[in-house]
Amino acid sequence: MTTDMAINIILGVALVLAAAWTVMTARLLRSVIGLALTSMILTIIMFKLNSPLAAVFELSVCAGLISAIFISCISLTQRLTDEQAAAKQKERFSSFWLLPVILVLAGVALYQVHIPLDFHLQAAPSESDVRNIIWNLRHLDLIGQIVILLAGAFGVVALFKD
Amino acid sequence: MTELPQVFWLFSIGAILLLITGFYCLIMTYNLVRALIGLEILTKSVTLFIILAGYVTERMALAQALAITLIIIEVVVIAVAVGIVLCVYKNIKSIDGRLLRNIKG
Repeated sequence: MTTDMAINIILGVALVLAAAWTVMTARLLRSVIGLALTSMILTIIMFKLNSPLAAVFELSVCAGLISAIFISCISLTQRLTDEQAAAKQKERFSSFWLLPVILVLAGVALYQVHIPLDFHLQAAPSESDVRNIIWNLRHLDLIGQIVILLAGAFGVVALFKD
Repeated sequence: MTELPQVFWLFSIGAILLLITGFYCLIMTYNLVRALIGLEILTKSVTLFIILAGYVTERMALAQALAITLIIIEVVVIAVAVGIVLCVYKNIKSIDGRLLRNIKG
């Protein structure tokens, strides 16, 4: 096994562990920190898969902005007392004990499966510059993004108006 | 197995396990914020799949453009959903989804 492959395996395992911790921990704030950690590991994986631009977006938007949105939401709701948090932890353990078992079994089962993969390109390679793809070839996506952003902004304004 | 299918298969397993985690969270939780966190994990899995597809077909630019679009949609959905959760909290003083059953039509 090469060093690169070992790093890939560590990253894959860390990604799943971070996501499982996010889901299983009792406190919402820890969940959000776990989500940010998952995003950071995904960012490293994206860098390794030659996608630096998407990785930067993932880091700034998912690990940064979405964590900030969640933390603001949690700070506006009532905090759990220590007794409530302990009770919630027990409740979560009874609901979520199956998740690690499912993840381990699914991981082992998928690792054992050997699907013959053929990655030969059938068509000619497409445009290789991201900027050209975004601004010239898929500009309808860009218009869609602007419309969605505006819809989201108006939605939030409508939700919070008195 | 050569390096490319190995990398693809390894991260595909990671993405499938993320998908399972996200679905499990959505199914088992009644906390609305936690349900959104489950949704986030699901979208991360889809982002990883898109990037992997671009990596193995050597269309990284297209995959990155799609991933960026997905990330933007994701953040808007989360922002609006968090707004709805806060409105629900303002009205019923709880973010437990079970308490919303009495608003069924």
